[in-house]
Amino acid sequence: MAPGEIRHAILDILSRIVPDEDLSNLNDSVPFRDQMELDSMDFLDIVMELRKRYRIQIPEEDYPNLISMQGTVSYLTPLMKDIPARA
Amino acid sequence: MSYDAIIIGAGLSGLAAGIRLAYFDKSVCILERHTTIGGLNSFYRLRGRNHDVGLHAMTNYAAPGTRTGPLSKLLRQLRLRWEDFSLSPQIESRVVFPGKTLRFNNEFAFFEQQVADQFPAQIDNFRRLTQRIDAFDELNLDQNEKALTARQVLGEHLGDPLLIDMLLCPLMFYGSATARDMDFNQFVIMFKSIFREGFARPFQGVRLILKNVVRKYKSLGGELRLRAGVKRIVTDGQHATGVVLEDGTELQAKQILTSAGYVETMQLLDNPPTDDTVPRDALQPGDVTFVETISVLDRMPADLGHSDTIVFYNDCPDFHYENPADPCDIRSGIICSPNNFQYPQPLTDGAIRITALANNRHWMQLTEDAYVAEKRRWYDRMVESAVRFMPDFRPHVIETDVFTPRTIRKFTGHVNGCVYGAPKKHLSGRTHLDNLFICGTDQGFLGIVGSMLSGISMANLHVLKQS
Repeated sequence: MAPGEIRHAILDILSRIVPDEDLSNLNDSVPFRDQMELDSMDFLDIVMELRKRYRIQIPEEDYPNLISMQGTVSYLTPLMKDIPARA
Repeated sequence: MSYDAIIIGAGLSGLAAGIRLAYFDKSVCILERHTTIGGLNSFYRLRGRNHDVGLHAMTNYAAPGTRTGPLSKLLRQLRLRWEDFSLSPQIESRVVFPGKTLRFNNEFAFFEQQVADQFPAQIDNFRRLTQRIDAFDELNLDQNEKALTARQVLGEHLGDPLLIDMLLCPLMFYGSATARDMDFNQFVIMFKSIFREGFARPFQGVRLILKNVVRKYKSLGGELRLRAGVKRIVTDGQHATGVVLEDGTELQAKQILTSAGYVETMQLLDNPPTDDTVPRDALQPGDVTFVETISVLDRMPADLGHSDTIVFYNDCPDFHYENPADPCDIRSGIICSPNNFQYPQPLTDGAIRITALANNRHWMQLTEDAYVAEKRRWYDRMVESAVRFMPDFRPHVIETDVFTPRTIRKFTGHVNGCVYGAPKKHLSGRTHLDNLFICGTDQGFLGIVGSMLSGISMANLHVLKQS
């Protein structure tokens, strides 16, 4: 997947985890937590959804990479480059 | 058969844990002793009418679309929609003690104003108390278990014992497994869920929630076995390897979550804990429980001038929350009308439910004939006591039912038929075995929303985060 597709995949995951949030104006460089109500349970779910959907394992020490969309996409780009985008 | 996880009990905590695990592709099996799901929050049909077992009202109300709070959190975690619970908020409730009434609805400012009107000398103290409550993180699972009690903290802030008892009354009635006092942590959970967030009910009662939760669980591939009581939990040293069912079936599992109750679970172990492994106070079963009367009326309670959702009453200045010497303690009680919520349309039948503290040993030891007679006798006495606090509905009763600690034991399996389980809670869910975890009532989050959050947190912490 290319970075644009990864961003799309993360948005899709977020829309499952926090369906009551408006994600259309998400600022990629600002931490998720400053833009929406996202607690530690929700963070765990981002990791779990990535594992469920794409079989990606993210070790706990890497979680800080996931604080914003920008950070998440750049962290995942090398890990997901060989994974095809979902229909 | 071998599973990633076995869950004992198909109540709301077990079902919620099951959804989490099944959603994340764990093989999971829920084992339920009863012929139906729900545990304490089940439902039944009697002579053509539907009744809920335990539910008066759901606490932790939040309007659809709310982005914070326990209800929003659990819907998100279970990937459910607000419509799946379809909650209608309460109208208004009250706490009535001699000479004082505190009304509350789902707007905290209204309750605060009531305290200011009824206890003008205490309102500043009350505001400081609420600040302390709001700042307290009751969902922190690692807090010091030897924490403060509610009466200690209330006594530090409030100078009027009547206000203290009036605050404790609804919170104890709706969630204290301990007599006379409760952990401050438990008090905060209950205070927020009742006074801060408030009451609501689905038009169809608890069956709507159970139906949607169990459907979700099954749609994710979760397995549910009814009439599958666990006879024994098989252990190997510090490890549980699986269970043996009443019918002899053996099942293995990597992890076991149990909502059967802490004491009840320990009794299932093939190698019971010794004094060195489990502190004796943890093996003390609960003692506080209730009798409840259900009266179906030939009209709506509002037609008799009763529009309150819940009334918590006490006819003396001190509130006695304990196992009473009499079969029931009719000095205090709860009056609930399932009709008095803001539904889109009225329920078919008018109904009044009255709950009072009950002596569990008395109700357990009666012979079948004496039991039936005793239910009739205490129905009359409980209703007679309650109509001091609401219009007399007795000429309009067309159907009655009574449930007792025996009924509660039948639905929950709890020793002594105690609704809120054992006094000692296990917030972390851990036991002396490395893969056996407590969820539900004895983990410590109570109520329908609380029990589901309990199942979710324990599944997250002990199964999903570990794999």
